[in-house]
Amino acid sequence: MKIGILAYQGSFEEHALQTRRALDVMGLDGEIVPVKQKKDLDVDGIIIPGGESTTIGIVASKMGLLDELKAKANEGLPVLGTCAGAIMLGKEVSDAKVGKKSQPLLGIMDISVMRNYYGRQRESFEANVDLSELDGGMQRVVFIRAPAILKVWGNAQSLSKFQGTYVIVKEGSLLATTFHPELSSTTKVHEYFISMVRK
Amino acid sequence: MRLYELSFSEIEDFFYKLAELKDVLRDRDLLTYLPQREIPEVAHGTARVKHAFPIFQKGGVIMDVTSVEQASIAENAGATSVMVLDKLPYDVRKSGGVARMADPKVIEDVMSSITIPVMAKVRIGHYYEAKVLEALGVDTIDESEVLTPADDEHHINKWEFQVPFVNGARSLEEALRRITEGSSMIRTKGEPGTGNVSEAVKHMKIMNSELNMIARMNEEDRVKKAREFQVPYELVELTAKLGRLPVVNFAAGGIATPADAALMMWLGADGIFVGSGIFKSQDPDIRARSIVIATAGWEYPEVVLEAQKMINEQKSMMGIDVKTLKPEELMQVRDT
Repeated sequence: MKIGILAYQGSFEEHALQTRRALDVMGLDGEIVPVKQKKDLDVDGIIIPGGESTTIGIVASKMGLLDELKAKANEGLPVLGTCAGAIMLGKEVSDAKVGKKSQPLLGIMDISVMRNYYGRQRESFEANVDLSELDGGMQRVVFIRAPAILKVWGNAQSLSKFQGTYVIVKEGSLLATTFHPELSSTTKVHEYFISMVRK
Repeated sequence: MRLYELSFSEIEDFFYKLAELKDVLRDRDLLTYLPQREIPEVAHGTARVKHAFPIFQKGGVIMDVTSVEQASIAENAGATSVMVLDKLPYDVRKSGGVARMADPKVIEDVMSSITIPVMAKVRIGHYYEAKVLEALGVDTIDESEVLTPADDEHHINKWEFQVPFVNGARSLEEALRRITEGSSMIRTKGEPGTGNVSEAVKHMKIMNSELNMIARMNEEDRVKKAREFQVPYELVELTAKLGRLPVVNFAAGGIATPADAALMMWLGADGIFVGSGIFKSQDPDIRARSIVIATAGWEYPEVVLEAQKMINEQKSMMGIDVKTLKPEELMQVRDT
């Protein structure tokens, strides 16, 4: 199994370590590789980390990777997107303060995402979220200038809610979280994603 | 992409266990793991939340701006944050006088016009400029040697704030002291406003060789080093085990071209600050974009080459040879 991490910007090293540990917990062999160019897309699953979605989109499009990744994801390549990654996945994206702004995105998941939903860094927080659908119980996680998933439709289904918004959503081979499992002490989200990749 | 021995959450556990921090944090309800306390459902401004923010800047470029127009150029180019100043470091150098924090009205205008994080600088030790910026709601405060220091003896106690701080450092010793004071992010100082990357290179290399040094030391020498550095022994131990700073570490000071940015990434920087390099050039739009591309794709010389071709060397800022600066003109020596 080969898991790629989109490694331009953001929490890519943290995702790599958390994926490595999840594989160890599950007793699986697997390779974790950074994805930056088209040729790196030869993977069984890919993680889009947290970061600035504008930066990730601009760089991915400049490197010619965005369209290729979109095509592969549409063909069923499993994708985990956390925070900025969830924004990249959403079909509907707006910003809490400045409204709609055009930015390069994948736009493949039936979710409506609002950027900077909670406000600025001052409003960033840690809280307990319910990972029981992922067999993880309650876990302490951080939300950093987090977006919120306000609406899901079609085949998208909620796996966890927090204060009235969706924080984990799954649609087929796509998984989105608005918080940062890569900065938490649990590997449950990564284990869940790896089992999606194995299917 | 590097794999470390410790995860973010383990590093945070360490910070929470550091005895020095406990008392301050407990008083301020920022400690959430202590069993005798009821854990608040939602906690803002904790060490974990503050240390997490800079992680999402990694691989990115943070650009100095002085106006809404420049901030918009930076955002469209793919900057991960902007840093609002009254004057660019180059102009601070030229104009002399006392350099203070930027006008809050300008910072506010920038905050309401773009979607990426907004940072701003305060004078070293100026607790109240920092309190003002916290009240304003900036995403990160840079306690910066580019401005005229307000306190020659002390830095701000950054544990007291809910917003993260970034501080400059020329060596591991300075970096660990700032982390002990509560800084959530470190950057090399370099020599700001010169368009000359040589001092940033020097500071990053000093840091790297000191990291190697403490990793090879035995325990009693590390104890001695911790005393010399004036930081907790446990922090030296953690840093040695990680083989890097336990917080995000950017390069800053004199970066002016895509190749400069790639050089600093190659030396191990987590990301790049560009000060005067963009808006003191004659091609800011395209230069900003090219530095973003080179920083994200630094491992590939062909990507950096393409970025470098986007700009015109004739339009780079003229720059200042650091050797021609008088000792009193150096900004990097303003704090230790």
